[in-house]
Amino acid sequence: MATLRDIQNRIKAVQSTQKITKAMKMVAASKLRKVQSRMLDLRPYADKMHDVLISLAGGADRESHPLLAFRPRKTVEVVVVTSDRGLCGAFNTNILKAAQSCIDGYKKDGFEVSISAVGKKARDYFKRRNVPTRNSWTGISGNVSFSNAGDIANDIKENYINETIDEVIVIYNAFKSMVAQTVTTAKLLPLAPLEEGEEESAPESEAADFIYEPSMEAIFDRLIPRNVDIQIYRALLESSAAEEAARMSAMENATQSCDEMVEKLTLQFNKARQASITGELMDIVGGVEALKG
Amino acid sequence: MADKLTLDIVTPYGHVFTDEVDEIIASGSEGEFGVLPDHVPFLTTTKIGVLTYKKGSEVGHFFVNQGYAEVGPDKVTILADSAEKSEEIDVERAREAMKRAEERLKKKEEIDEARATSSLQRAVMRTQVAEKHKAR
Repeated sequence: MATLRDIQNRIKAVQSTQKITKAMKMVAASKLRKVQSRMLDLRPYADKMHDVLISLAGGADRESHPLLAFRPRKTVEVVVVTSDRGLCGAFNTNILKAAQSCIDGYKKDGFEVSISAVGKKARDYFKRRNVPTRNSWTGISGNVSFSNAGDIANDIKENYINETIDEVIVIYNAFKSMVAQTVTTAKLLPLAPLEEGEEESAPESEAADFIYEPSMEAIFDRLIPRNVDIQIYRALLESSAAEEAARMSAMENATQSCDEMVEKLTLQFNKARQASITGELMDIVGGVEALKG
Repeated sequence: MADKLTLDIVTPYGHVFTDEVDEIIASGSEGEFGVLPDHVPFLTTTKIGVLTYKKGSEVGHFFVNQGYAEVGPDKVTILADSAEKSEEIDVERAREAMKRAEERLKKKEEIDEARATSSLQRAVMRTQVAEKHKAR
């Protein structure tokens, strides 16, 4: 049976852990607020840009831009976006699980898979399993900026144009609400609205009637690379917001568990204290009885 | 038949403006263009410049950075790298940026000339748009 002091020490330890988790929760909340507003600001722009491009691409010649070209798929690039730091619940586990099954799926179908790992967690995961990554980026999840996104996007564009990779998939946690993140698998390149064909067919026919200025090619030249940047930037921001939200709820749970723990230990402490007092009383009573005799 | 245009200005930093207006004049990369309701579908890149809209007797100006304009019969969407309403432009900041860019261009040493030029253009345009607002 634990002594009174032992129990007291444990209570103290749990309480100081609780202080830490509480502080982390607060920090995550303030970071979340910052990144969330940036993400919400970007969303309409990213969506709109994607829409414009898709309606454009419908009427366009696929060969008119190297980033539009459909090639036979040989190598699929999977960009896995995780966080750099842990203590955010199942955030990274979920992503890595999805990534693994996605990679396995492509391998089974006979495609080469190359991996870009964003975030320390993804990098370490593949390193531990001796899976070679084509590239890895760290130090981003805490301070997402447009230039980080640009670096990643440029690398991807370059490799796509060089035909080292023929398809690009991005796997990231999308921020749905404060308590929910959804693992999202998005196809970045080639740009293909064709799979959800039925609904898209109406704007496509419209697209053919557009007047382009200065020319369709010139617009593509600017719009397509820019779209890759924006979509990557968006994935990073979403992931970063989702990470902070996940951390917040993980820390909230931890703080609650600490409360429960303290309660349980206090009960144990009181019981032990009572037991020891009872024991002492018995001793005294026993002693008195003995003297009487 | 549409008799109004919905103008949408969207940037990576958020929705800047959404409203129904009567007429829009924007700076495309090939020159200024005006849009009235029932315009043919039209897509263009835009350059750093001013966007003017008219709504009844109300006239508003925006500074609009590079981007795209998508014009439909009853809708104009501007996707710009940044955009500001004329009265919200920080003229002081624009003037400073103008000075900095001019100095950099004068020195000509190891600078990204395209970047400096476009930053100068932005600054000049910002001050012009801001003045338009004051002139009214």
